[in-house]
Amino acid sequence: MTAKLTPTQIAWRAAQDIADGAYVNLGIGFPEMVAKFQPPGREAIFHTENGILGFGEAPPAGEEDWDLINAGKKAVTIKPGTAFFHHADSFAMVRGGHLDVAILGAYEVAETGDLANWSTGPKGVPAVGGAMDLVHGAKRVAVITDHVTKEGRPKLVRRCSLPLTGVGCVTRVYSSHAVIDIEGGRFVLREKLPTLSVEELQAMTGAELVIPGPVGDLIVPEL
Amino acid sequence: MDKTLRDPASAVAGIADGMVVMIGGFGGSGAPIELIHALIDRFLATGHPRDLTVVNNNAGNGHVGLAALIEAGMVRKLICSFPRSADPVVFTERYLAGQIELELVPQGTLAERIRAGGAGIPAFYTPTSFGTDLAAGKPVEVFEGRSYVRERWLKADYALVKAHLGDRLGNLTYRMAARNFNPLMCMAAATTIVQVSRIVEPGGIDPEAVITPGIFVQGVVEVPDPAQEEVLNRANARYPEVAE
Repeated sequence: MTAKLTPTQIAWRAAQDIADGAYVNLGIGFPEMVAKFQPPGREAIFHTENGILGFGEAPPAGEEDWDLINAGKKAVTIKPGTAFFHHADSFAMVRGGHLDVAILGAYEVAETGDLANWSTGPKGVPAVGGAMDLVHGAKRVAVITDHVTKEGRPKLVRRCSLPLTGVGCVTRVYSSHAVIDIEGGRFVLREKLPTLSVEELQAMTGAELVIPGPVGDLIVPEL
Repeated sequence: MDKTLRDPASAVAGIADGMVVMIGGFGGSGAPIELIHALIDRFLATGHPRDLTVVNNNAGNGHVGLAALIEAGMVRKLICSFPRSADPVVFTERYLAGQIELELVPQGTLAERIRAGGAGIPAFYTPTSFGTDLAAGKPVEVFEGRSYVRERWLKADYALVKAHLGDRLGNLTYRMAARNFNPLMCMAAATTIVQVSRIVEPGGIDPEAVITPGIFVQGVVEVPDPAQEEVLNRANARYPEVAE
């Protein structure tokens, strides 16, 4: 049995690819952690769907201002350079190609770049929020995810079985075991845990891994 | 010209059965709690309005504001993007029991449909939802090699909106992220009613700082120190209050 990255470590790895000056949207939940791991010396500007660019960290408990929340309805803060805007402008930033990176969670990602991350099927109350908008427009749409489900099934698959969020939209996957690009309808392996063989990784993956060049070691600090 | 109104009760008096009502806010931020509660008061006293179609990003949280409006049985249909919250029990129970209709719209599409409604644009194309279940039955067209889904405008009979400062001409400012859908809804309704924390004299808002120009607003009512949904929910509040 091979060790795997924790969600925090996956978020750290994704943060290393965010360039200085990038405009970034982080999906609700686990992707929000990416903001904590900006490499020193780089300044990324974070966007939230409900109309803030350049917001700061959560305030201490008891100091929340409930007019100042993020898309996950959690309290945030302002800092020098923060901007507010209405929802139509916010999604113009999203669909209009103005964001550099969106980092989202996933139920399934297909080798075609299709993403399923909004619905696990017809049961319960459906809710989509901004997920279907966010997969369009950002120059890079990255996913951070466990490599397999809790039951051990691959989350990286040939074709999604769950309802789609978007078609052909994901460009890179940061998983608990590997960094994989999606190019030309294939999963291209870029990095893997050094303790894991390509064969072991392939066995956990629901579609073929293509290896056109050297595969780097996925090395993340203990966090 | 004086668009100021006496109180929330008179501000919502014109909303009739079966109307489409846009309600501003994203979660609790920017939600016009006092206007919603005034509408509930009217329903409890007169049995009207009912069978409303409500447009909001969410479906309420806890037992105040939009959740209380749904709980009172006034809403026939909800048009929203995310009918979940920390405590979505009111909407969830009614939805699963088939007592309320849901039109689920991606958040950016919802915003743009409202904007289009206010701007006189009957339809537009967006990449959002292409190839998904939410695009079922909608026309698709290819532009520059990419596929886009046609979406229609969204208009309302009334908009209930929360702003920060307002003047008697209807010019408005908002407070931080409480802006969200509010300026769009002001544009898209035949009658827009706004609760503001303070009414100032014309000129009291710097023209450079006006976010919603008064042409989009029909009524302004002052509600000093407005309630925040999040604060009410942390105190387990209900509307109307239940006698112990």
